[in-house]
Amino acid sequence: MSPNDNAVEARGLVKRYGETAALAGIDLEVPTGTVTAVLGPNGAGKTTAVRILTTLTEPDEGHATVAGYDVRTRGHEVRRRIGLAAQDATVDPLLTGRENLVMLGELHQYRRAQATARAEELLTAFSLDEAADRRAGGYSGGMRRRLDLAATLVGRPEVLFLDEPTTGLDPRGRSELWTVIDSLVGTGTTVVLTTQYLEEAERLADDIIVIDHGRIIARGDARKLKREVGGDQVQVVVVEPGHVPEAARIIEAVTGVKPQVDAGARSVTAPTSLGVETLVLVAKEFTDAQIAVDDMSLRQPTLDEVFLTLTGSPADDAEEDA
Amino acid sequence: MTAVTLPEEIVAHDGPEPSRGMIHDTWVIARRGLVHMKRQPEALSDATIQPIMFVLLFAYVFGGAIAVPGEGNYREFLMGGIFAQTIVFSAFGVAMALANDRKNQAVDRFRALPIARGAVLGGHAIANLFKALLPIVIMSLCGLAIGWRIHDGLVNAALGYLLLIGFAFAMVWVGVLLGSVVATPEGVQGIAFAALFPVTFMASTFVPTESMPQFVQNVAEWNPVTTLSNSIRELFGNPTTAATPNDPWSISHPVAYTVIWIVGIIAVCAPLAVRAYQRSVAK
Repeated sequence: MSPNDNAVEARGLVKRYGETAALAGIDLEVPTGTVTAVLGPNGAGKTTAVRILTTLTEPDEGHATVAGYDVRTRGHEVRRRIGLAAQDATVDPLLTGRENLVMLGELHQYRRAQATARAEELLTAFSLDEAADRRAGGYSGGMRRRLDLAATLVGRPEVLFLDEPTTGLDPRGRSELWTVIDSLVGTGTTVVLTTQYLEEAERLADDIIVIDHGRIIARGDARKLKREVGGDQVQVVVVEPGHVPEAARIIEAVTGVKPQVDAGARSVTAPTSLGVETLVLVAKEFTDAQIAVDDMSLRQPTLDEVFLTLTGSPADDAEEDA
Repeated sequence: MTAVTLPEEIVAHDGPEPSRGMIHDTWVIARRGLVHMKRQPEALSDATIQPIMFVLLFAYVFGGAIAVPGEGNYREFLMGGIFAQTIVFSAFGVAMALANDRKNQAVDRFRALPIARGAVLGGHAIANLFKALLPIVIMSLCGLAIGWRIHDGLVNAALGYLLLIGFAFAMVWVGVLLGSVVATPEGVQGIAFAALFPVTFMASTFVPTESMPQFVQNVAEWNPVTTLSNSIRELFGNPTTAATPNDPWSISHPVAYTVIWIVGIIAVCAPLAVRAYQRSVAK
């Protein structure tokens, strides 16, 4: 594949902070026009990877190109072609929404009139017209995120980096932002986003890269990853604590997998590849065995379960990488 | 509430814009700094209320007890010192502004933009140079109100103001260096006060140096705050200590000595600040 087909290419990225390696050798290929999600818990190295690719920090080893330019030696050329939404919305709270966008436009080397027109265009696209002349410090979390995204787009980036774009948003704000990112993706921009949520990665990305402790532990599209972790999870919560062992036996018989048992929550969980049929089978078995059930559900694996399957250990909730 | 659908042309790329240069980028960031000042009047107190307070305190509380060389008016003597002191404190505001940028991550956003190297620091420096003009005007008016006058003609007065502005620009770079090395607003506050207060007091700012013990007097005579204060007094035609043949060069040539400091401070602090800043933010 020629370099031009990949908007982002990284080989063997290593970044150490003192003794700890935030990145321990990461390879990355993001084909132009696609969306890649970097999925991992706090401290996995997601932010460090984004900081290297956006020229904010230099790797200790390895090299990377973004939009065809080396991040280390041609940083300025990279910066002309990227947009970055950092983890905490970094819009200027003392400036109005419009002033924020005009300033960034000018820093993207637009002439003043051009920057003003661009700001106007983005304010409209992100439904911020009404709030345009209020200080960004007074915006709601969702509005600030939208302004932050708009700010990221001011320079018409070829590659967009979104570092945990929905962290800190309520469910409504999150789904609102997903719609925005969806429509961005439809416009052919290459997007690299980091997230802690499998659901988010699946919703938005073509490719998912799972990282933990600075290493890639799995990659592929959502379907492939789910196949690796066994797809859906069936979960049954019984009424009587005494019925838990029997419930576990039934689930194992149906799914063929030894289930996870949480005795305190009277819950039994196992991966299944049978889809909704699992519920039908399990329901029948429980009825026959006359076990009262509080809750029975089929759901996608959580990130924790993905990690458990991929690494054999639960996701650490270490401190977020700098 | 809002359904957002982006039209395709909103991100259509037609290649990046050509660079518009360091001065352009610096000015855009300087304008942001000025808007910040306007919208946080409380953060301007070091340039507005504080100098007035010092003028009034020294003129009306300590003034009567301080002997002025040549039996001049203490209020006229005082103004050169207060001008100098306030200008030295210009370092503080810019250091705070930089530390605050760091704290709320504005730094990263700027660093991911295609802007000229040094434009962020330069922008802060320019904005704070404008900020330094504010107390110069306020204090001139305040001084006029309590009986201070310019006696030595417009040309010398203009030179006096120019010297103040020059020194302010040098102090702004001290502040940029401070703000680059010390990353938190609290740290900046602590260090600025611990360092700047002794520097402004061990000088002829408020009292003539003759009254000081020999060691302190030696320090004061080579302290650029002394020579800045004396230069201003001289250029405005206010009472100042007449130089004697025994005085060190700094006292007999206060303007030249002060200019050397201005050039020296900028030549040392600006490159150091840019280096310290690059290193401290590139983590």
